[in-house]
Amino acid sequence: MVSFDDWILALHVLSAFALVGAIVLFWLLIVAVRRADLPEATIRMEPIARLGNVAVGIGSIGTLVFGIWLAISFDAYQVWDGWIIGAIILWAISIETGRRAGVEYTNAMRKAEELQAAGQTGPSAELGTMNRTSNGLLLHGVSSALVLLILIDMIWKPGA
Amino acid sequence: MSALAAIRPDSWNFPLFLHVLGAMILVGGTLTAASTLALARGDKGLLRLGYWSLLAVGLPGWVLMYVGAEWIYSKEGLDDAPIDSAWTAIGFVVAEAGGLLLLASLILGGVGMRRLASGGGTGLLRATMVISLVLLAAYVIAVWAMSAKPD
Repeated sequence: MVSFDDWILALHVLSAFALVGAIVLFWLLIVAVRRADLPEATIRMEPIARLGNVAVGIGSIGTLVFGIWLAISFDAYQVWDGWIIGAIILWAISIETGRRAGVEYTNAMRKAEELQAAGQTGPSAELGTMNRTSNGLLLHGVSSALVLLILIDMIWKPGA
Repeated sequence: MSALAAIRPDSWNFPLFLHVLGAMILVGGTLTAASTLALARGDKGLLRLGYWSLLAVGLPGWVLMYVGAEWIYSKEGLDDAPIDSAWTAIGFVVAEAGGLLLLASLILGGVGMRRLASGGGTGLLRATMVISLVLLAAYVIAVWAMSAKPD
């Protein structure tokens, strides 16, 4: 027998898996695109990145909504518990840093499309530099580290 | 069950962390492999990325997930006890049969990667993609079972 709260918990955890799965997917794309200085090699990553964006959207909204739902539903927890407030703050910062990382890599994608539209299909040093953006790498690293901290917080539940 | 999870001993936390982190890495590697192989349309660069996602990320994730699972299972003193709940049974089936499927997909994909240089291997990599999609579906069921804990 699975209770309604157990279903919500399962959806919360599945959302977390979608979020982390997408973070791993973006790490692999970041590594792959670092060697790309051809417009075509950059553009071919776009459908995969789009799938990652969908997973991030589902994962980030799902973890927050179902997480708050659980905190309200379970008598043992309150939304204002320190470990839950901490998780929400970490979630907000990680989503924003992840979004900014996405902007960096989207700029490179747009540049690749511009080059291809202009008929410049050969290697581009500027595109290569944009694909190897250190800002994007740093922001994605920070976002990933914050999500790891949320996982630690969710398991150890400090103060609960 | 959820209430039980909330009051588990602190000494179970680290193995649980390894188990969940490994499972998340496994899902991420499999998701990347399945989507990249599905969207490659014969592009060798994407086919390689898909295969390496499964080998270099999915496989270590599976090992971490399995080690964490065995560790927490022994901490709970259940090593010699019969499996008496649906969620544990689902977890073991997906972990062990899924591990064999993962291995099979890596072997098929590995042969496909070797043949890629001579213009072949796409069929074998397509098989890797299909198995990865099956594994992803199984992981969704396993995550649901591990969280909702059906009797």
